[in-house]
Amino acid sequence: MFKILKYSFFDLVRSSWSYVYFFFYLLLGTTLLFLNNNLSTAVITLMNVIIMLVPLIGTIFGVMYYYNSREFTELLLAQPVKRSSIFLGQYLGVAISLSLSLVIGLGLPFVAYGLFKSPAIWDFVMLLITGLFLTLIFSALAFNIALSNENKIKGFGFAILMWLFLAVIYDGLFLLSLVYFQEYPLDKFSLVATMFNPIDLSRILILLKLDISALLSYTGAVFKEFFGTPVGAFASLGMLVVWVILPLFRISRVVRRKDF
Amino acid sequence: MKKILLFFSLFFFVSTIAAKEIVVCHECDVSSIKRAVELAKSGDTIRIKKGLYKEYEIEIIGKSLTIIGEDYPVIDAEMKGTAFKIKADDFSIEGLHIKNIGTSHTSDNASILVSRSKNFSIKNNRLSNIFFGILLERSENGIIEGNIIRSKARSQANSGNGIHVWHSKELIIEDNDVQGVRDGIYLEFANNCDIINNVCKENLRYGLHFMFSDHNRYLENLFENNGAGVAVMYSKFIEMERNLFRKNWGSASYGLLLKEINDATLKHNIFEDNTIAISADNTNRIDYLENDFISNGYAIRIRGACYKNVFRRNNFLANSFDVAYTGNINENEFSRNYWSDYTGYDLNKDGIGDVPFRPVKLFSYLVNTTPEAIILLRSMFIGLLDFSEKVSPVFTPAELVDPQPQMKKIKW
Repeated sequence: MFKILKYSFFDLVRSSWSYVYFFFYLLLGTTLLFLNNNLSTAVITLMNVIIMLVPLIGTIFGVMYYYNSREFTELLLAQPVKRSSIFLGQYLGVAISLSLSLVIGLGLPFVAYGLFKSPAIWDFVMLLITGLFLTLIFSALAFNIALSNENKIKGFGFAILMWLFLAVIYDGLFLLSLVYFQEYPLDKFSLVATMFNPIDLSRILILLKLDISALLSYTGAVFKEFFGTPVGAFASLGMLVVWVILPLFRISRVVRRKDF
Repeated sequence: MKKILLFFSLFFFVSTIAAKEIVVCHECDVSSIKRAVELAKSGDTIRIKKGLYKEYEIEIIGKSLTIIGEDYPVIDAEMKGTAFKIKADDFSIEGLHIKNIGTSHTSDNASILVSRSKNFSIKNNRLSNIFFGILLERSENGIIEGNIIRSKARSQANSGNGIHVWHSKELIIEDNDVQGVRDGIYLEFANNCDIINNVCKENLRYGLHFMFSDHNRYLENLFENNGAGVAVMYSKFIEMERNLFRKNWGSASYGLLLKEINDATLKHNIFEDNTIAISADNTNRIDYLENDFISNGYAIRIRGACYKNVFRRNNFLANSFDVAYTGNINENEFSRNYWSDYTGYDLNKDGIGDVPFRPVKLFSYLVNTTPEAIILLRSMFIGLLDFSEKVSPVFTPAELVDPQPQMKKIKW
């Protein structure tokens, strides 16, 4: 598996796409800091970006890589290598190279700006951790979709739809149900509903670091009591880990039986 | 006639220099404060040397005394009652350390209780582990300055206030530091008082609390991490300037709570990191000029029945919600503020944005009706909703706009 990981990783690192993402994040971080002149507000703007773009990039890149490396995969399948390690190796190669461009691209301008001397460092670390998780989750989901669809166009379509659903539509349905059932106690429901969407979950984790005073307002206390405690923090991080593991588990199960 | 006048003036002269000083210490002739007060006449000075005095219910009635503590002598009331009870004019108390005032549900035990007195000063005392700190009733013309008050209030029912003023007027409360009581400074039926440069931190309920108190000013105070910073209720003509309200966090926490207030001005205050910076309920004719609202949950929450409030030249920086609004526009006015959320442009470069700013977001309206929706804060769907509402307002009051939003942060 590690050999395949190594091959896919170096293949990707040499490809221009990784550089495009790296320079995109680098540019983004630099302009944000340059425009805002303030670390904490830059972190807020960055949160919006991370929550939207990181899943999108992870999804598209995952699907693209799977379809592009199809011939290489077929070649590997002819060799005496375990199937799950072929695909997991490829997945890890994609995820790690994406994560690297994210961390270095965003990290460089912030470090240059004087991050280590600023109290915003923990907000930023939280931002990177959730960014990493979102990369891992969404490239895994993308691999799943690509595996189940031989048709490239269909695969891309589903992948984009999945991103749109989790990033936007889910919240719309969530809000609708909150408004519709507003006579009932909803705090437990909304806690559970956030747990089921990795984007929402990451957003709340970052928000707790930033907009804590708003979340602390009258009903927000419930959320604060859950997410603010070590139990809540572990539960939400654990949930993110589950979100990574479940799609990977499905990948290894599907490829074992799939007829290529 | 002249001789008689001379005699009287001479008599008066002699009687004033006859004012004597009584020294209290453990080895002195007078070893208790109570005894010293009994011996003293009007105009005398009682000088208390360093030491521990286990005394309470020290009553000073009708005597104008100057009580001075040297090196903070400790007066320990042993949780038994009020330490000093004073009903006199022209007295002063300085440099004492009063501690252990017991909680009571039937009497208001205080470190220093002043009633029906005039022209007094209470300066530089330290009060610790107290129920009520300095309690004034029906008094006027006093100075309360430089006192440090510390206690460990746990529940509202079992704790008292740091400086409690009832039915008094013309007081100056300056440079005090009150921590860990129920209300830091409490005024009820107190008029024409100046509250300047005090620090109220970590109090259970309010840092400063007004009830039915008119024509007061509070300037340059710091209110941090209280249940609510300042509560101003049922009062008129209050001036609030240059105060700092910080980190008043909690499920029912405010920087400043205004209820039934008329004709007040707020100028040059800074509100930072509060759950709700200002909550206004039933307030009329209030001018909010040149205040800074930084990183609050809500900067301003206006509940019903507010008329003719003016918000001018304030800075709203990085608040989760700038304004939450219930009810009609009611001649309330927002103009020439700086909003960090403003996305408009300024083509003629006059420093005023060409597109009016709508400070009320649809999301704040939604959170008002379904509070749990706060969990969707800053999600993309909410961003889309807010954007479409901004383009064509349906739910938020259409007239509620700042027609002249500033392009740059206002310097004051």
